[in-house]
Amino acid sequence: MDSTRTERAKSQRAMHWVVVAFGIAAAVLIVVATRMAWGEIPRTADGKPDLSGYYDTATITPLERRGDDEFLTEERAEFNANRAAQGLAEGSADQDPNREAPPVGGDGSRGAAGNVGGYDSFWVDPGEKNFQIDGKYRTSIVIDPPNGRRPPITDEARQRMANMYRGMRRQNDGTAWWLENDGPGPYDGPEIRPLPDRCLLGFGSTAGPPMLPTLYNNHKRIVQTPDHIMILTEMVHDARIVRMNSEHAPDDVRRWLGDSIGWWEGDTLVVDTIHFNDTPSMRQASRNLHVVERFTRIDENSLLYNFTVEDPSTWEAPWTGEYVWPQTDEAVYEYACHEGNYSMGNILRGARRLERDAMAAQAETSGDE
Amino acid sequence: MHRIIIVLLAAALASCEVRVGTGAESDGAYVAPRGPGGVNPDLNGVWQALNEANYDLERHMARPSMSLRDGPYGPLPDLATVRLGAVASVPPSLGVVEGGTIPYTPEALAIRDENRKHWIERDPEIKCFLPGIPRATYMPQPFRILQGDKEIEIVYQWAGAVRNIYSEDPGPAPVDSWMGQSVASWEDDTLVLTVTGLIEQTWLDRAGNHHSNQMTVVERYTPTGPNHLRYEATIEDPETFTRPWKISMPLYRRMEPNAMILDFKCVAFVEELMYGQWRRNPLPRWPETDE
Repeated sequence: MDSTRTERAKSQRAMHWVVVAFGIAAAVLIVVATRMAWGEIPRTADGKPDLSGYYDTATITPLERRGDDEFLTEERAEFNANRAAQGLAEGSADQDPNREAPPVGGDGSRGAAGNVGGYDSFWVDPGEKNFQIDGKYRTSIVIDPPNGRRPPITDEARQRMANMYRGMRRQNDGTAWWLENDGPGPYDGPEIRPLPDRCLLGFGSTAGPPMLPTLYNNHKRIVQTPDHIMILTEMVHDARIVRMNSEHAPDDVRRWLGDSIGWWEGDTLVVDTIHFNDTPSMRQASRNLHVVERFTRIDENSLLYNFTVEDPSTWEAPWTGEYVWPQTDEAVYEYACHEGNYSMGNILRGARRLERDAMAAQAETSGDE
Repeated sequence: MHRIIIVLLAAALASCEVRVGTGAESDGAYVAPRGPGGVNPDLNGVWQALNEANYDLERHMARPSMSLRDGPYGPLPDLATVRLGAVASVPPSLGVVEGGTIPYTPEALAIRDENRKHWIERDPEIKCFLPGIPRATYMPQPFRILQGDKEIEIVYQWAGAVRNIYSEDPGPAPVDSWMGQSVASWEDDTLVLTVTGLIEQTWLDRAGNHHSNQMTVVERYTPTGPNHLRYEATIEDPETFTRPWKISMPLYRRMEPNAMILDFKCVAFVEELMYGQWRRNPLPRWPETDE
C-alpha cells in the first residue's frame, strides 16, 4: 500500500472511530437508562439481559423431593452445607501411601465393585449447598407436579427400559455371569455401554437439555450474540448453539442435544428444543422429547434456570423444574474424554478375559467328570 | 423515561447509518461492519477453509494415497487404503506455508518422515481426537465464530471441538490440552488469538507434520470483505523448528442461508476401529483381499 492510501485509510479509520465512539456513547446511555427502567441486571449493548459468563451449576438439592416438605428450614440448609463440606474435606484428606490394598472383590462398602478403590473427593465436585430462590430453600428441583416428583413413566417407556436393560443390571462380581443368560451381555461391545462410558455425552443430563447438576464438572459457559447464544457444558465439551428467532431444522436432522431455537420474552430467554436422537442425555427420555428452557437473570450474579420436559412416550404428563446457576470466577476447562478413554478397551478386554476363564473352568469341570 | 430511550435509540441508529457508509466508501482497505458492542469488526458467522492444508501444509504434487507403500514402478496406495481408490488420494497444492517448507530441526524432520510412513496408525484425526490449533481451522468442515460484546468463542463441527478463549490473560495454562488455552486481543480490525498450553499429541495435517508441547500459535483473523477472513497462524516451537514460521489462507463464509453447525461426534464412528477386536463377537476386522 502506498503512503497516500495508507494515510487515507488512517483518516478513514479515525473518522470511523469518531462515529463508533458516538455510537458507543449512545449505547452506554441506553444501557444506563434501561437499567434504571428495568432493574439492576447486566445488559448487552443491544439492551438484552446479558447472560454471558461462566456458571457453576452444582447444587446438593436433588432433582426429586425425598420427603413431604416443600422447603428446608434455614437450619437444615446450614446443616446440609456443613455436612457436605465436611464430607468433601474428609474425602480429600491425604491417604497413607503405605496402606494395604483393598481385599479382592472389594470391602463390600459403597462404591464400584465393592469399593476396590475409585474416586475420592478430590475427583468430585457435587456442590456444597442447597440453592435458594426468593430466600427459600426448595427440597427438589422439580416444582411441577407440586409434590416435587416427576410424573409416573408410561407403560411404553417401562417396556423400553425393560428391553434396554434386560440381563444388564448386576454388579460386577468378577465373574462372567452373563454367560448364563440368553441374549446380549453388558460388556459385549462399545455400543452397549452407556453414553458417558463411550465419551459421547456426559452423565446425569449435564448437557441436557434439561441441563441438570451432577457429580462433577458442573461448569457452564454462555457466549451471547444477537443471533446465536452458545451454552457450553464442560463435560464432554458439548456446545449447544441456540439460533435466535429462527425455525427448527428439518426433523430428520436429529441431534445428540436436540435442535434449539430461542427468543426473548421480556427479559427471559426462552429456548425450545426438539429433534433429539434416540438417546437423549436425560435418562429414560425418548426421541420425542421436547424441552422448553427459560433463562432469567435474577441478579448481578445468578441466573434462574427453569425447564419444562414433555415426552408423551416417557412421562404421563409434562413436568417442570428450576434451580439457580450462580456465576463463577472459575473457567470451563477442556474435558478431553475420548482422547484418554482407556476404560472402554479395558472394560471389553476384561470381560473377554472373564469369559475365557469361565469357559476354561467349565472345560476343566467337564473333563474331570 | 421511554421517550429518552427512543431518542437515544434513534441517535444510535443514525450513527450506524453513517458508519456503514464509511465502510462502503473504502478503496481497498476494507472496513467491516462493527459487531456486537459496536467496537470491533463483526466476525460472527459460519466459516470454512477451502484448500488442501489438512492433507499437507507444504507445497506438494498429487499423491496416489494418504498412505503409501513401495510399488514396482513407484509408490502405490497401501493395503488399508487401496480399496478406496481415488477417494483416498491426495490433491495437489501450492501450499499454505510462507516460504514453502516448514523449518524443522533435523531430528524433528526425521520424525515427520516416520509419521508420514505410519500415517494410518499415528494420525490423531483417524481416531477422532480433538484436532488442536491450528489444524481445527482447516479441517474440511465448518466452524462458527461467536462474538458477543466482550467474549469470543469458536465452535467447530469436527468432533464438536471447542476452545478456551479468554478475554483477559489468566496466566500460564494449568495443564496442556488438545485445543490449548487462547487469549484474545484486537489489533485494529484483526482478532489475535495467542494459543499456548497445547499438548504435543496433535498433528498439523495428514502428512505427519508435528510439534512439541512448547508450541505457541499466534492466530490472526482479519476481515477482507463481507464474506472473507484472512487467517494467519505464526508457529513457534524451538524444540521442533529452527525459527518461527507462518501459514496463511483465506476463510470463506458459508453462504447457505441456513448454514449451521451440525453434529459430527465421530467418536462413535471410530469405536469399531479402536475397540472392535475386543467385542464378544468380533466382526471381520480388515477387508479380505481377493484371491
